[in-house]
Amino acid sequence: MILKGTNLKLSFGGLVAVNNVSFEIEEKTIFGIIGPNGAGKTTLFNIISGVYKPQTGTLNFKDKNITNMPIYKRARLGIARTHQIVKPLGELTVIENVMVGACFGKKNYNLKQAQSVALDVINFVGLSSKIFTLANQLNVAFKKRLELARALANEPEILLLDEVLAGLNPKEVDNMLEIILKIKQNGITIIIIEHLMHAIMKISDLIMVLDSGEKIAQGTPQEISNNQKVIEAYLGDPKLALQLVGEK
Amino acid sequence: MQKGYTLYWLLPALIVLIVYPILTNNVMLRETIFLILLSITLSISLNIIMGYTGYVSFGHIVYYGIGAYASFYLIYAYKLSLIFSILIGGVFASLVAFILGQAVLSLRGAIFAIATIGINEAIKSLINNIPFLGGAMGLYFDFSIYDKYGGAIKAIWLSYYLMGILTIVCVISAYYIKKSKFGLGLFSIREDQDASSVLGIKTKSYKSMAYAISAFFPAIAGGIFAFKSGNIEPSGAFNLVKSIEMIVMVMLGGYGSVAGSALGALIYEKIKGILLVLPYIKDLHLAVSGLILLIIVQFAPGGIVGFLTKYFKNLRKVLE
Repeated sequence: MILKGTNLKLSFGGLVAVNNVSFEIEEKTIFGIIGPNGAGKTTLFNIISGVYKPQTGTLNFKDKNITNMPIYKRARLGIARTHQIVKPLGELTVIENVMVGACFGKKNYNLKQAQSVALDVINFVGLSSKIFTLANQLNVAFKKRLELARALANEPEILLLDEVLAGLNPKEVDNMLEIILKIKQNGITIIIIEHLMHAIMKISDLIMVLDSGEKIAQGTPQEISNNQKVIEAYLGDPKLALQLVGEK
Repeated sequence: MQKGYTLYWLLPALIVLIVYPILTNNVMLRETIFLILLSITLSISLNIIMGYTGYVSFGHIVYYGIGAYASFYLIYAYKLSLIFSILIGGVFASLVAFILGQAVLSLRGAIFAIATIGINEAIKSLINNIPFLGGAMGLYFDFSIYDKYGGAIKAIWLSYYLMGILTIVCVISAYYIKKSKFGLGLFSIREDQDASSVLGIKTKSYKSMAYAISAFFPAIAGGIFAFKSGNIEPSGAFNLVKSIEMIVMVMLGGYGSVAGSALGALIYEKIKGILLVLPYIKDLHLAVSGLILLIIVQFAPGGIVGFLTKYFKNLRKVLE
């Protein structure tokens, strides 16, 4: 087990964003997180990457308690993430962006090493043609790849992907899925938030479903797609719906 | 970040500028160039916190003042040597910046800028009320202090040499910081602080370090200037107008660029030199610097360097 959350809870004022969520993630698997908008998925990511501290509960990386560890130290442990709303370092070039990830990541590379790592990663995600382009001149699909490249340059053990497929066209989605599966083959544990059901069902080993901050289900993609509670969370109560339209 | 060719032309140009009045023994020119060198040092230092890290330190002249007072007092009261005193002044100002930075660097944007003005005014008022530092009247050297350096004339030349050395050290340091891993971290903070910490940058200590370094060179410059003038008083040492001029120089040349800050300082000093001697309007250069700032922010936010590199991409390597 590489990451374990126990009874994590975080509320903003009266709104409980994450409520008593526990999970265990095995090494070298893809762990999917789904749920309707506002379910607390990104908040959970922010707790894992250290942007927010949970009010109760603990978070363990391997055997280490990292609940109160500062953000930058988590990056150095090998926890890297992408952002749902991309955060490119706009006035820096693509390679400089990725070098930041490598320089301050798990291996703490110097500039020269970071440059060669960055070039490899840029090649891997298919950004080779844009090496010296300023990050804010990229389109959305490339910015998402840049996010991914920057996180990968960390050479992480856990990679948190927050909706990397959103806003991409079907062909770009397929490309990205291919990249994600390759990352898994390289032995990196992936936690992924995604709204594209067919995509996440295809790649995840295990899926956790959140609704209004609570964990309502966990299982293999097969189990999740047949789970009554999950269907309700997404579509409402199917029986009630049928009643309302007059069919029994 | 690969090294470019900026220093290959910038350093020789500076050396020619510095050596010229020495060779021609031209005292008038020496005074003009002394002020230009001072401005270059101030603007390149400010650029480290403002251009690299993205924190507009509006009251940055405070560290010039602190350094000036510290070294002046050491020479005045303890008769310490000039070089030792200015170095102590520099380290002291860096330390003050580091400590104050712990508080003010967690502020962002305009609030940070306003806080730095507050710091400048607060320290000015503080010194106004400290009797042993002369209060509002300031302190004056006894002329005998210059005897150690072979008289006042030689002491002024010594100040000039020191200012030249300081400027060169400042340019080289600023360039190598920009090209280091530390510099990459600073630029990353400038672009997106939250993303930077997620990427593993210890943002708080990086910012404090940058702030301390950017306080070091102005403080030494202040020490040299005060030694050369032979007197010091709060309104001269903590002059907010000078602070604003520093920002104009950085913006004019191009924030983030070492060469840009140097060019900005040079051009601004030239403009100021012309406007200051106009007989009919007083302080016209302040109105002009305001106008320059407006034009730059509106039409060329990258300053001269940003404007040039936008159209001539090859210049990027020589104007870093």
